Amino acid sequence: MADDILFDLLHSEIVNYTFGNNDKKEKKDEDLSTLEYIGFSTGYRIIERLTKEMPRFKDELDTMKFICTDFWSVIYKKQIDNLRTNHQGVYVLQDNMFRFLSRLSNGKQYLEVAPRYVAFTCGVIRGSLANLSIQCLVTAEVQSLPSCKFHIQVQRT
Amino acid sequence: MSRPRFDTKKVNSELVTLTYGTLVAQMVKDFDNTDDVSKQLERIGYNMGIRLIEDFLSKTGTGRCLDLKDTADKIQSAFRLYLGVQPNVVNWSPAGDEFSFILDSNPLTELVELPDDLKQLKYCNIICGAIRGALEMVQLDVQSWIVQDQLKGDQNTEIRVKFIRRLEDAMPAGEE
Repeated sequence: MADDILFDLLHSEIVNYTFGNNDKKEKKDEDLSTLEYIGFSTGYRIIERLTKEMPRFKDELDTMKFICTDFWSVIYKKQIDNLRTNHQGVYVLQDNMFRFLSRLSNGKQYLEVAPRYVAFTCGVIRGSLANLSIQCLVTAEVQSLPSCKFHIQVQRT
Repeated sequence: MSRPRFDTKKVNSELVTLTYGTLVAQMVKDFDNTDDVSKQLERIGYNMGIRLIEDFLSKTGTGRCLDLKDTADKIQSAFRLYLGVQPNVVNWSPAGDEFSFILDSNPLTELVELPDDLKQLKYCNIICGAIRGALEMVQLDVQSWIVQDQLKGDQNTEIRVKFIRRLEDAMPAGEE
């Protein structure tokens, strides 16, 4: 039974680790894919354990609602503040006090590095949905700390 | 809609375990050498320990350690606080400068199995690093390593800690 702070620290060390390697190669374009991939694998596994004793979700929207409420509150300690969708496979999840950004300064000072702190979560969402058989693209948008919007685009084939 | 609520504590623990697992998997991919991975894990643990000690001191309000026995007790309570396990403190060296923690269960290694080609990997090295980092912040220089590991077929996980020296406050340059 691990304490909450361990996850916070572990997350920031993961961010540290992935960028410790990248800095040497190229400074301009940050490569978030490793970080996203670590999130993806984590999400893929955690969702399997969370939903193993749950009834099947009715449809895509029902799954998204689950992500916004139960899933979010157990991992990020609060629910998503706003869920919007165009009913054609685009969902926007807005969190006004995102866990990993809430400890950063509120101003514009750290806006540049904010993507580092949301990439893992993009991966977690994508991994979770992938294991619930929804293939999607997840991107994040940070306009002002500590709020963050996650755009989910479902891939239909 | 009535859905089962989750056991937050348990989920959080699994989250840490799984996240740590993916990080290790990524590192194994990044480095050719398992020793390098073990070293990196120790370093990550060290970085976490440096910060964790602040949290520990503020949560528990403990004062200075009187001796190494006291230190061992406090690390034991840190294990309980952060990992929810209660290790035993055993195998004191005659000189009283070395001791071991015995963990019969380890949350970090739940759901984990080591493949044969990674038997050299010190999966729990992060704990050793955390102990070293945390103690360095209270001016104790220690060494910490894994003696027994459940992932390698041992009965328990044993983490050994050896006291090296007490770190002295150094005067900043230019001060009297």
